[in-house]
Amino acid sequence: MEMTTRKLLTIVTEAAIEDTLVRELEQLGARGYTITDARGKGSGGERDATWGPHANIRIEVLCDVDTAQSICAALRERYSDNYAMVMYVGDVDVLRPLKF
Amino acid sequence: MISSFEPVILFFVLGALAGFVRSDLKIPGVLYESLSIFLLLAIGLKGGVELARYPLSDLALPALVVVAVGALIPLIAYPVLLLVGRLPRADAGSIAGHYGSVSVVTFAVGATYLARLGETTEGFMVVFLVLLEFPALVIGVLLARRGESNTPWKHVLHEVFVGKSIVLLLGGLVIGWMAGAGGIVPLDRLFFDLFKGVLAFFLLEMGLVVARRFGELRRAGIFLIAFAVFMPLVAAGLGLLTGWWLGLSVGGITLLATLYASASYIAAPAAMRIAVPQANPALSIGAALGITFPFNLIVGIPLYHRLAKSLHPLGV
Repeated sequence: MEMTTRKLLTIVTEAAIEDTLVRELEQLGARGYTITDARGKGSGGERDATWGPHANIRIEVLCDVDTAQSICAALRERYSDNYAMVMYVGDVDVLRPLKF
Repeated sequence: MISSFEPVILFFVLGALAGFVRSDLKIPGVLYESLSIFLLLAIGLKGGVELARYPLSDLALPALVVVAVGALIPLIAYPVLLLVGRLPRADAGSIAGHYGSVSVVTFAVGATYLARLGETTEGFMVVFLVLLEFPALVIGVLLARRGESNTPWKHVLHEVFVGKSIVLLLGGLVIGWMAGAGGIVPLDRLFFDLFKGVLAFFLLEMGLVVARRFGELRRAGIFLIAFAVFMPLVAAGLGLLTGWWLGLSVGGITLLATLYASASYIAAPAAMRIAVPQANPALSIGAALGITFPFNLIVGIPLYHRLAKSLHPLGV
């Protein structure tokens, strides 16, 4: 089966800004995304998701290199100063590259 | 034992103790969500049923007075936070917004406390609860972002006006008002009879949350801790005088003082996080939930009730 390489961009951030971020991602060219509830601990302290303001989400976006870079740059500039936010990008093999 | 002690508060204490000793007790997030939806709807419904007894036109002037005086609270809090507390403007504005807005659960505990003592209250107090929720948030955002042009107002106002607490409170209010006391049967069994049990459950969870976040409070510093105790007292004083001036009953005066004294820790954090990103949520939530909420529950409500009782007989 033929596989094509795409970027998997993962963003772990505060649930409070989910709606804003989703709008932003679509404007920046993401054609889809997956959001899951997340909890864990980082430099901002423990985020145990037991209560609304302490909930985190993990957003995953499959896209090409350029889109991943422009999303990272935009989010870093606009959000990472004031919001708990971790982003990382990796290579993944996908089956139907036209979707992403 | 202590006759005026409200037992639901003990569930809060139990939750806090469980949190402090690091018990594995955990209320699942979905249950918390479900309980809060139930409480908001039930409070709205109950208010709506009571509201059906009053002509709406009688309410316009008192509502206006209550909202106008309520708007003073963030305006008093802000300069204190900024000048005495030397907090950054964003934090001062955000915290002022939290204290100007109201806590639905504090209101519910106040109403339960008064009901237990057989004290009657005006049914329209719930209308004040709804009306007091949002103006302070808008004032807080304005204070925090004075002179800045890029406030995402569209998102902020959307968050404030169609947030779940307003939708459910207002929705319940309208349904209860349309149904009236007769029409609400048999829904009253679920929403009114079980109310106190659900409130107890919810307070257990709030106790857990407060205990888990206690560490953040230490970072807040002595000023904010003092502010979180004195601000509700000042605001309650405004509520006592306003309620007395409006000619409310002892129960009504107590509830208005409780509303003014309470600080929002559900609607306000969500709105402020979007509107004032620079503000540190640990400070505002730590003060509002960590200190002011338990203070009002344990010390405030009985105190406001006692003051209302001595104020009420004095003629206006």
